[in-house]
This record gives sequence, structure tokens and C-alpha cells, in this order.
Amino acid sequence: MREQLEGSRAVAETIGRCRVQVVPAYPITPQTHIVEAVGAMAKDGTLPGCEFITVESEFAAMSAAIGAAAAGARTYTATASQGLLYMAEALFNASGLGMPIVMTVANRAIGAPINIWNDHSDAMSQRDCGWIQLYAESNQAAADLHVVAFRLAEALNVPAMVCMDGFLLTHAFEPIEVPDAALVDRFLPHRRPQQQLDPDDPVTIGAMVGPEAFAEVRYLAHSQLRRAEEVHAGLAAEWTSLTGRDVAALAPYRLEGADTVVVALGSVTGTLQDVLDERADGTGLLNLRLYRPFPNAAVREALAGARRVIVVERAFAPGAGGVVSADVQCALAGTDVEVSTVVAGLGGRPVTTAALHGMLDAAAAGYLPRFDFLDLDRPLVERELAHLRGGAS
Amino acid sequence: MTAVKFYQVGSRAVGNRLLDPAHRTRQADPQRRNALNSGHRACQGCGEALAARYVLDTAVDATGGRLVTVNATGCLEVFSTPYPESSWQIPWLHSLFANAASVASGVVAALRATGRPDVRVLAQGGDGGTVDIGFACLSGMFERNDDVLYVCYDNGGYMNTGVQRSGATPPAARTATTEAVGTEPGNPFGVGKDAARIAMAHDIPYVATATVAELHDLEAKVRTAMSIRGARYLHVLVPCPLGWGTGTAETVKLARLAQLSALFPVYEARHGTVSSVLPIREQVPVEEYLRPQKRFAHLFAGDGRPDVIAKLQEIADRNVARYGLLSEEH
Amino acid sequence: MDKPFAITLDVRTSLANHTGTWRTERPVYVDGVPPCSHACPAGEQVQQWLYQAEDGGYESAWRRLVEDNPFPAVMGRICYHPCESACNRGQLDSAVGINSVERFLGDQAIAEGWTLPEPAASTGKRVLVVGAGPCGLSAAYHLRRLGHAVEIRDAGEQAGGMMRHGIPTFRLPRDVLDLEIARLLDLGVTLRLNTRVDDLQQAMCEGAFDAALLAMGAPLSKRAYIPAGQSARILDALAVLGDVAEGARPQLGRTVIVYGGGNTAMDVARTARRLGADEAIVVYRRTQEQMPADASELEEAIAEGVRLHWLRTITQVTGTKLTVEKMRLDDEGRPHPTGEFEELTGDAVVLALGQDVDREVLQTLPGLVVEDGVVEVGPDLMTSVPGVFAGGDLAPSTRSATVAIGHGKNAAHSIDAWLRNRSVERVVAEPVDEEPVGYERLNTWYFSDAPHAVRPRLELARRTADFTEVVGGLDEQTALYEARRCLSCGNCFGCDNCYGVCPDNAVKKLGDGANSYEIDYDYCKGCGLCVSECPAGAIVLVPEDK
Repeated sequence: MREQLEGSRAVAETIGRCRVQVVPAYPITPQTHIVEAVGAMAKDGTLPGCEFITVESEFAAMSAAIGAAAAGARTYTATASQGLLYMAEALFNASGLGMPIVMTVANRAIGAPINIWNDHSDAMSQRDCGWIQLYAESNQAAADLHVVAFRLAEALNVPAMVCMDGFLLTHAFEPIEVPDAALVDRFLPHRRPQQQLDPDDPVTIGAMVGPEAFAEVRYLAHSQLRRAEEVHAGLAAEWTSLTGRDVAALAPYRLEGADTVVVALGSVTGTLQDVLDERADGTGLLNLRLYRPFPNAAVREALAGARRVIVVERAFAPGAGGVVSADVQCALAGTDVEVSTVVAGLGGRPVTTAALHGMLDAAAAGYLPRFDFLDLDRPLVERELAHLRGGAS
Repeated sequence: MTAVKFYQVGSRAVGNRLLDPAHRTRQADPQRRNALNSGHRACQGCGEALAARYVLDTAVDATGGRLVTVNATGCLEVFSTPYPESSWQIPWLHSLFANAASVASGVVAALRATGRPDVRVLAQGGDGGTVDIGFACLSGMFERNDDVLYVCYDNGGYMNTGVQRSGATPPAARTATTEAVGTEPGNPFGVGKDAARIAMAHDIPYVATATVAELHDLEAKVRTAMSIRGARYLHVLVPCPLGWGTGTAETVKLARLAQLSALFPVYEARHGTVSSVLPIREQVPVEEYLRPQKRFAHLFAGDGRPDVIAKLQEIADRNVARYGLLSEEH
Repeated sequence: MDKPFAITLDVRTSLANHTGTWRTERPVYVDGVPPCSHACPAGEQVQQWLYQAEDGGYESAWRRLVEDNPFPAVMGRICYHPCESACNRGQLDSAVGINSVERFLGDQAIAEGWTLPEPAASTGKRVLVVGAGPCGLSAAYHLRRLGHAVEIRDAGEQAGGMMRHGIPTFRLPRDVLDLEIARLLDLGVTLRLNTRVDDLQQAMCEGAFDAALLAMGAPLSKRAYIPAGQSARILDALAVLGDVAEGARPQLGRTVIVYGGGNTAMDVARTARRLGADEAIVVYRRTQEQMPADASELEEAIAEGVRLHWLRTITQVTGTKLTVEKMRLDDEGRPHPTGEFEELTGDAVVLALGQDVDREVLQTLPGLVVEDGVVEVGPDLMTSVPGVFAGGDLAPSTRSATVAIGHGKNAAHSIDAWLRNRSVERVVAEPVDEEPVGYERLNTWYFSDAPHAVRPRLELARRTADFTEVVGGLDEQTALYEARRCLSCGNCFGCDNCYGVCPDNAVKKLGDGANSYEIDYDYCKGCGLCVSECPAGAIVLVPEDK
């Protein structure tokens, strides 16, 4: 049943229906409404048998999550931005140990300078930590993706993060259908841990591995993460058959026969859809929901027919260029497709339909730079650059 | 046979055929768990390896085998689990350097959530992983009163990485980052953390210090700790022959001297108040403890540094006064 | 459980790593020689019987003791316990009361009627023992146990030698002595009293003896020339003690002067007090430090009011007047007359100047070499005459009953070996290291504070009233306590320290009690913690031979 809910609220209720057992929680804008709601549900019995722990840092949150997962519990937490970085060491540890933790990342910019608003630099900075990364374009998708994430993570023993744009999604009120309890129970069985701490069957988890075996361990981790694409595809199909809603890795829009395709992740794809509808000029959109593992073959196939691809990113690699575009370039290696990178919406800068139209016009006219920043205050940056270079005014 | 009051070694040795098995230490039992078994790569005479077995065998016994362990990165973890060999006989988890206490908190929550509240959790780490990098997590666990017994094996330095100074390194000790050079050789005075007292300041139900030389005392403290639910902290002094520059056969003796000199006070506290002390049987001057250790050799070479030794003696004397270590009244 | 590769390991996998290869030296358990056993002239394995006594196994302890010495009740009263002087516990608080525990065990055996071990099958050999004193009786005991036929001949009316005739009953009650001798004889030893052997060679031939032990002791008192008038009453200490032993109560007078500084002097002075002397004065030509009497004897004597005059020699006795000359010691501790004289009054002078062997009977054995007043013997106690052995006061020795008992045992084993035509091998297992285990090898930290238990004594006033035994025995509780004070020097007593203190779990515990541990050399890294923390010093490090 669809209800007018805040995005965070919808996610929290979904988490509740997933029967999570341990939730270590540390606050950071803009995820706080999620954990607050989960905490309340644990306390008032809406989410029975859930241990909600208010920890003293995000590093502690992920650490407690690792412990909880190792002891066999279904475990969840949420964070963003600085918090995600603060638990970085633990992220690698969780994936390395094979702990199927699910985490919401309410995407937010990383300081300095401190900025509480949305972009993708947090999750992108951890793209290689060995976690599955899913991006939700809407609050409905966010709710749905969390249920899928638990099943995906527990099937593979690989942790999964579900990314949703901070404020833009988390604090937006819209009609959302929170998957009902019976549905979730059908789709998501109780966790059966592959390994756990058990006095009746003691094992040593977390050994030190030297040069003679480390490469093999990492190869196996890579293989397991690659398997997530195929497993996700199956789960997405199952979810669609149950709910009619799409959570597939790739969501194409007006892609058929498109000459120019915009590739993007997250809520900006909604704005892009509106822009493309207005233009109706053979520009298509590829919404990527699964970013890690990167669905190379599927992306290549989807984009093969285009002449030009513009990757609209909410993050970038300073001193280098795009982030997602690098993956897209890799996927398109050997083809003639031109790939441009447009960095948009950093630190919560609104991505306007006007700006997007401007970008597509420039592309059509052939003067969209290979690597561009949408909506940049050029006079300001020119002035500042002059300062930095010249020194003399 | 009539009951006899005095024994040769009843109260101090590991066991004794003349003692009722119930009064012997757990270590005397041929059926002891050997939680940390042979084949590990600890240095000869390692105090930490010994203490870990002491603590865990007792904890396993006290919990009827319903125990899991979380271990921080450090010597203990490294020498006990080099793939493909593990010397642990009990359920064991190693995550990171700083987070043993947090991981343990998570394990406790999971055990409750999955219907196994009878299984208890013991977290352990070295002094570096506990008082320095792990301090925030430790404090968080204390503050929440999570049902974890945290055991710190204190050898006064980051030994696994090559003997560097930690917040538990004693004043004047030589380490690789506080060399015995200059006008103030070794670790500076007036720095460092007294982890046990900080634990007491959290008002947690049980805090105790112990050494690897007093086995009966150590085992009793582990048993007491396991009989309590809530956050508990045990700080065990464990000499490191390599880092301290002592003979491999002297580990137990050094720990004994540390306690007898009052530089390492041994006591228990409940909810922030000292409840008992292990009285010093015969006090020794700090010099007797310092002299066998090469990490204090610079205090004795040439004309020596009697001024520094005197300052260390002051610390010992303060401990005697603060904890009543010479009193019979406890 | 489905374990991810390398991340998660099985238990017991470290056992594949044999850390024993790290060693440069290895610990080994030893059976060290404890100083008590080392010092015991009778060769008792003191630590071993104390170990048995510690858990209340008094009979086992007694049996261990009588392997070496059949007279614990006697020794527990009269031995000067060099074991206690050597005892390492003396350096900790005070020596273990070994002697009092031995007495306790001896008295228990008497009370409980424990019997000595049965002899081995008969060997068909016959041994003659001349003299039924401590040496002869001890030798007879061991020889009989080895299966030989033994005949003791003694000139006296009762067996016991100096134990009966030289030691007063207030030190050694006769019933105790009689019982321990009888128990020994019950093994089948033939005793012929009132049978003086005048001709040794003849005795051996007639009796078809295959070997003989000469153990007649030194029953003759040494003489000194002291000018004395006819009315002077000068007596011989051995004669006085012998008479008293036979039940006589000679009247010595109110003031008795005893001349000499040995144990006999003490015994006779104390006896004099019991015979009614108000004053018993011991005159000795040297000092207290130099006197041969055991310190405990001196102490008892002084407690009973015996007075001592040091550095005095008796130069003349006229009636009841004695002239003594003061002596002074030179740098080498030898006494020299000073020319200064004093007068003493004494109703009798008892000479206790030492004892001599009876050379006359020795001369009846051709080829027997006697030197410096004693029979010359080899390390196996055989004399210059093959098949004839000698021991006790008759042979070169520090003269005491304990030494004599030790000789008896050694001689018996030598005789046994000689009869079987093989080299002398000790029956008692030889320990690995011969040096007695010193105090520095122990880790005394582990021993509880436990001061020495003092034996009850007759009240001072009562002591000189009669010949009742002065020193009492310990009750069981105290004897047990005292036994448990033993540090078990050099010998494992099962404290579990090694088992507990190995960081590598490389010590296996096979059972309860001593010597029930084994080092697992597959894993032992040779750190030496077990060695350091063994309270008894029963583990040593030896180089690893590759």
C-alpha cells in the first residue's frame, strides 16, 4: 500500500520487515532519520528481538556489525560521508572476512570543506572496498533494493551498501509502497550463516595470510563479487514477479536506437528522464543501479549502438577525471563510442533541467568538453586560479 | 587424615598433589582446555602466550565451555594464526587493531538476538591495541556496560612491530621510538595512561589488575569476572623477553618483581572503588626489578641515573600509599 | 561449517608446527641429590621418605626409610642429624625437623606393629658379625634381607652396643631400643650373646663362615695420666654409663667433675645430675667452639644445670681437691698451658677422654692391618684380610651410631657383592648429578612461611629428677606439618609448576604426584621457564645435541 512517507522512514520500515537482528547506530547527517526510526521500532517492539546499539563512532558501528555478523546475526547499519570514511578500514575487513552486512549510505559530500549535502564522493571513494554497491534512483527503489541487498549479501557472503542521495531522497516525502511483511518473508528467509562463532564447532576466523596465499584469497574475493551480477539478476527478476517493480542492474530509458546516451546513477536520473522527454531527440539514458561489481558486458551491450556517451557523475577523481566514466570507458574499450564526463551536483548543487539541456545542446553542437563541470561559476574560478598561479594581483 | 594448616606450596604453586583438586589452579588440571595450544610462534618465554592460556582456560572452565573470543591485531593474534596454522582451540575472531571491544559488543548483541545469551564473550588485546588505538572502542563498550570481559595483556609497548612506545610504556623505558639517548633517555615521565583506573572511572562492575606470576590470583579474577554480567576489564602484566631485554626463563620472575616493587599494583575494583589488593609479600626496591631488564640498562651504565631511579621509586611508593599494598587489612 | 579459504582455519592446525626445532638447549628432569640424603651417614634417602610421609603415608615412608636404616625410633632420638645441618630450608627459615619426623615414623611403626621386609631367598652363604652394636646389627639386617645367613656374636648380655651402654635412658628409653632390635632379629638373624670372640680366625673356620664383619667398636676408655692420691675417686665415663645402663645407680657424690668435651662427657654429666649430684662440672681443655660434642647435647646439658669450664686441664687430684691449669689457644687453635692454676672441689672425677678399640682380639687375625688405632679398610670396607670387613668405631670414622649404621649397610652390600663375585654396585639407584643440590638452585618463592616445629620437652624441673626421656615426640599433626616443610631439593614433588608455566603447553601431565611429567620435545622451545619456576630445582637445562 502506497503511503506518503519520508524516504528515510520508508527505508527504516523496510529494514524492520527484513527482521534485522543487530543494528549498531551512529548519527551523521543525512542518514539519522533512518537509524532513529529503526531504533524506535526496536524499542517499541515493532521490530522484535532486534538489538539496537548506540555506538561511539562509525568505526565502532561497522566493527560491531562485523562481530554481530560473525556471530550469525542479520546485521544492518547506515552512514554517510565522513562516517563512511571513518569506518573505511572496517569496510575492507568486513568484505575480507565475508560478513554479509547491509548498509545504507545516504550519499553526501566529503570534506574538507565540510559539506552536509548530497553528492556521490563518499561511496565512490570506497568503490574498491569489496562491497556490493547499489544505487537507488528513487525512494521506492531504495526500499526495494534493501530487501534484495540482504538476500544478495547472504547468498554470497559479501556485504552490500545501498546508496541513496542524501536529502534529495532521504528527506523527500513521496508516495512509497513499503514492501509488506508477508512479501518480505517470502522473498527473504532467515539467515543461514556459512560460518560463525560457535562453541560447539570452534573455528579461527581472521587468520594472517602471507605471500604464499594472499593473491588467491583476493582472487576468490574478486570472483565472488563478480558473481553478484548474475545472482542479482535472478533476484531482480524474482522481485519484479512479486511486486511488478524493477530493480535490475541496468534501467534503460529511451535507449533503443539512441545516438547519444547519458549514463548516470541515483536521483539525477529522474531529472534526466524529464529532460529527455522534453527533448525527444533520440537521446537516451542508462540508469546504473549496480555499480559494484561493474556490469561490464551488460553496459557494453547497452551502449554499443550509441555514437556518444555522456556520463553525468556526482563525484570525480581529482587530478584525473571521471570515476564512473573510467569504468564506462573500460567497458567500451575497442569501440568507437566517444565518452565524455560531466561532473554535476557536487556538494548538493542542484542539477537543473536547464543546465542539463545546455549540456545536451553543447554535446549535439560538438563543443561539450571531454571533461566538464556542469554549472561552474567560471569567472570565479578564473579569478582564483589567477591568484594561485600569479601570486601578484 | 587430620586437616593440616600449612602446606609447602599450596597457596602459590600451580598445583600440588597434597591439595584438594578444587584448590589447585585450573592449569594443574590435566583436562585443562589448552585454549592456546602448542605450535604457536611466540618467542621463547613469551609472557603473553602464557597469560592468554591462563585467562582463557579459566574463562572456558567458568563458562562451561560457552565462550567466544575476539582478538585485536598484535603479537597474540599474529603468532597464533599464521595461515594455515591456528593454535586456538576455542571460537575466535580477529578483525582489526582498534576494534576488539566494539566487535565484541556486536557479538554479544548477536548472541542475544539469536537466542544464545548463555554464550559469553571475551575480548583481548595488547597494551597498544587497548590503551592507544583501541581506546575509543574500549570506552564505548564500558560506557554501554556491554557484557564483555576485556583482557589487556600489557607488555608496555608495540612489541609485534618492533618494540615501539605505547601509552602503557613505563617511564624511562627504552623503546625504538624512545631511545636511551639524550638528557632524558627512554620514555618521558608524566605521560601515559593508567588503563585500569580509567576503567574504574567508567564505574563498570568489575576492574582488576593481575600478573602472569600470580596464577591463583589471576584465575580467581577471571572467575569473578565471568560470574558478573556487564562490562569488565582485566589488565594483566606480561613481560616480553624480547622487548624488555630479559632472559627467556625470567618472565615469571620479572612479573613477580614488578608486583613486589609496587610499580605494578595488583588489585580489584567494583563500580569504581578498590575492593581488594594483593598485598606485597616482601617489598623490593624498584632497582631490583629494573636491573635485569636491558630496556632500563641506561639507568645503570657508567655512573647510572640514580635520579631517574629515585623518581621511579616515588611512583612505587605512591602506589603503595594509594592502594595500601603493604597493609594486611584487605 | 563452510570455511572461506585461508580466512578461517580449523582448530589443532598449529600442531603441525614443531617448534621444538627452535631449541638450543632442552630441559630435563633430574633426580638431584638432596643435601639431607647426601649428609646422612646411614645413607637414608631422606627426601624420599619425607615425600611419602607428606600425604599421610606413614607406613610407606617408614618402609622407604628402613630400606636403608632399621632403627628410626632410636635414631630419631640419638642421631645428631647432620641432615638438618645440611638442610637447605635452614637458609630460608629453619631446617626441616627431619629427626623428629624420623622419630615419629619409628614410634608409629612400633605402635602399629609394622614389620621389616621379608628376606630374599636363601643364598646358602653364611656371614659372621662380631659385635651387636649399631654397625653389626645394621649389617646383619641388610645381609639377612639379601638372603644370607647371619650370626652375630657379642660379649655382652644384651645387644645394642653403645646404643645401650653408652647412651643414657633419658635420651633413649630401653623399650624402644629393645623393640627395634627384636624386630630386626625376627628376620631370622642368629644372635649369640655372652659370646666373646677371642680368636677371629678360629671362629670363622669353625663356623664355616664365608665372610665376616668386625664391628666390636671401641669399648675401651682412653686414659690420661693424672697424678692422683689414693683417696681420689677417678672413674671412667663408659664404666659409669655402662653400670647405669645395667640398672645400677652409683653414688658419685654431690659434685662431679667430668673431664672431656665430647658427647660422652655430656651424657655422663647429665647422668651425674640424675644420680644426685647437685653440681656437674665439665672441664675441657679447649673452647666451646672446638668441643666435639654436638651442639644440641651441650644445650641440653646446660639447660639441666651442667656447668662448663673451658680451657682447663686437670693437673692433679687429691681427695676432693682438683688442681686445674688454665690454657690458652695459639693462632692455630692449639691449647697451651699458661702456668696459672685454679682449684676445684669434686667428689668424683669422671674421665671422658675418648675411646679405643680392643687391639688384643684383632691380633688373633693374621694379616689384619691396624693403623692409628683403627682397622685399616678399603672404600668397600674390606680389611687387608680377604672376606673380612670392618665398620663402626672399629674402622676409621667420625664416631657416632649413625655412621656405624651406615657402615653396616655399606659393609653388607660389599660383603654381598664379594660373595657373589662381582664389583660393588650400590643397590640404591645413583642419582644423575652427584653434587648435593644447593639452595641457589631452588625457587623458594613458592614455599609458604612455615617455621620449624619444636618438640615438646619435659619441664626443666622434672628433667634431672629421674631418667625419664627428656625430649618428647611430635604428634601426628605436627609431624605432618614438619614433613611438609621439606623443599624436596632436586627432586620433583608434583607441584605442577612446570606443567603450568610452559607458554607452549609442552609439558604433559601423566598423573598425580612426583615425577609424573614429561616434556614434549616436539614443541618445547627451550625457554627455561620450567627450570626457573621449579621450586625444587628438579629440572635442568642441558645443551641440545643436534
